[in-house]
Amino acid sequence: MFTKFFLPRLLTALGVIFGVVCVVFLLLHLVPGDPVEVMLGESARPADRDALREALGLDQPIHLQLLLYFKDLGQLDLGTSLYSGRPISEILLERLPATIELGIASLILALTLAMPLGIIAAIKKETAWDFGAMGFALFGVSIPNFWMGPMLILVGALWLGWFPVSGREGLASIVLPAITLGTAMAAILSRMIRSALLEVLTEDFIRTARSKGLTEWAVTFRHGLRNALLPVITLLGLQLGALLSGAVITETVFSWPGIGSLVVEAIHRRDYPVVQAAVLLISFSYVMVNLFTDLVYARIDPRVRLSKQ
Amino acid sequence: MMIRLGIPLGIIVFWAFLALFGPILSLTPNSIELSNILLPGSAQEWLGFDDLGRPIFDRLIVGARTSFFVAFSVVAVSLVVGSFLGTVSAYLGGWTDLAFVRIIDIFLAFPGILLAIALAGVLGPGIDNVVIALSVVGWVGYARLARAQVLSIKERDHIYAAVAIGTRPIQIMIRHLIPLISAPLIVEASFGIAGIVIGEAGLSFLGLGVQPPSASWGSMIRDGTRYMLVAPHMVIAPGLALMFVVLAINLLGDCLRDWLDVKGQGRRE
Repeated sequence: MFTKFFLPRLLTALGVIFGVVCVVFLLLHLVPGDPVEVMLGESARPADRDALREALGLDQPIHLQLLLYFKDLGQLDLGTSLYSGRPISEILLERLPATIELGIASLILALTLAMPLGIIAAIKKETAWDFGAMGFALFGVSIPNFWMGPMLILVGALWLGWFPVSGREGLASIVLPAITLGTAMAAILSRMIRSALLEVLTEDFIRTARSKGLTEWAVTFRHGLRNALLPVITLLGLQLGALLSGAVITETVFSWPGIGSLVVEAIHRRDYPVVQAAVLLISFSYVMVNLFTDLVYARIDPRVRLSKQ
Repeated sequence: MMIRLGIPLGIIVFWAFLALFGPILSLTPNSIELSNILLPGSAQEWLGFDDLGRPIFDRLIVGARTSFFVAFSVVAVSLVVGSFLGTVSAYLGGWTDLAFVRIIDIFLAFPGILLAIALAGVLGPGIDNVVIALSVVGWVGYARLARAQVLSIKERDHIYAAVAIGTRPIQIMIRHLIPLISAPLIVEASFGIAGIVIGEAGLSFLGLGVQPPSASWGSMIRDGTRYMLVAPHMVIAPGLALMFVVLAINLLGDCLRDWLDVKGQGRRE
């Protein structure tokens, strides 16, 4: 199991992360714009600029800079912020809990919405139930979260006054951001659950279960749903990517102090080392989550594991 | 079927019409009128005015133009580049293909439009940079799809026959492979347009897209969020426009998928 299944996947994931670091580093360094000018302003003396450039290692050729960056990453040193001068790892650690909190809340919300919707839509296929659930799903993927967020603020915070407009204080403050971020995922998941369940329900073992005289409930949930959820798990990992990039916009809308809003703040401050580190952290978590879902999938579905051996 | 097809098609044709012919309508999207600041909709001006007293209806039409041109240029570039690279990679196979798959894997490791956000941020604001940033991210999906499709058909007899009579590889790809894999790519592209419309609006919402005084639905929503309590119409109007267009494209994509009988997800997020 370990050498045949886990090891190759781990190596691929590490290779991808290596590539991601290279791509982000090169893209952010090859575009026009001079961080030294940003830090010192346009009126700085040339001698000061050169001194700073040397201190930051920016006078080196690009491939040496990349090597140096890898060396620092190896020691978990992400550099310092151009804006505040603080170590970036410290800033990221400060922001991480808020993003994880929001991610988990949205995920829970998405699953609690998507499971019943997907199941009902599949069982009551081509009825008003199915139509309603899939209509919701269509709206869910078509409403961008930078519009849904402000609308929820308008209704839930400004008109009704039930939730705070922005910030992260108290349990009520997470409700609107979580709905904003969770709805699109709920929409996609409910479509997936529906189609996976519909496919499983045509299998031979479902007919067998019915002919044994099992109740429709047992057929659907014990035999149908358990098998239908297998492919959904893999897709859940992929959807987490949409959640992470959605967090950038959602956190900005609600001034939620997480990694996502940090990316946008850093872009506006032209604090490129922070942008770079935050993008790397988000992509790294995404790769790791997908590696993890692969393993979970293999763990609970023996067919995947056996076919690879 | 008529409703399922007619309404979305109507919305998209209307969107395209406004985008293409918007400039010949007599619009005043940038005329600042202090007496109109934040006025809600009325019989003369249905959608009201924004925080600088500019008519929101006129600005919506300019926004339609922005999203239309960004969406079609990005999807055109991504579709052509992506399917070409994917086809070449799958057809050549071997080390080329192996290296190409690694590159695709790396680009897919960036969740959603995160890379585009970072790239647009570094390139600086402006509509050209939005197109560049979204295209850098956009080609990957088409490349992966084209590659998978070509892999599944490149062992067919007619390809061998073409090789046997000495057809050049580039001819085989263009004449014998790409036409056969175009259906799923078209479906993918139709959903892709919806994704890019949201992407452009998202970048503009973050202040990384079009620059004032030009309008994008995303930047209009951004401007509106500051005046939500006094002038909610500033946020509601561009958001509804955006939602209807995206909804229409998604519905049309579903129809296309059914017609062309393409299996699989089709919808990427």
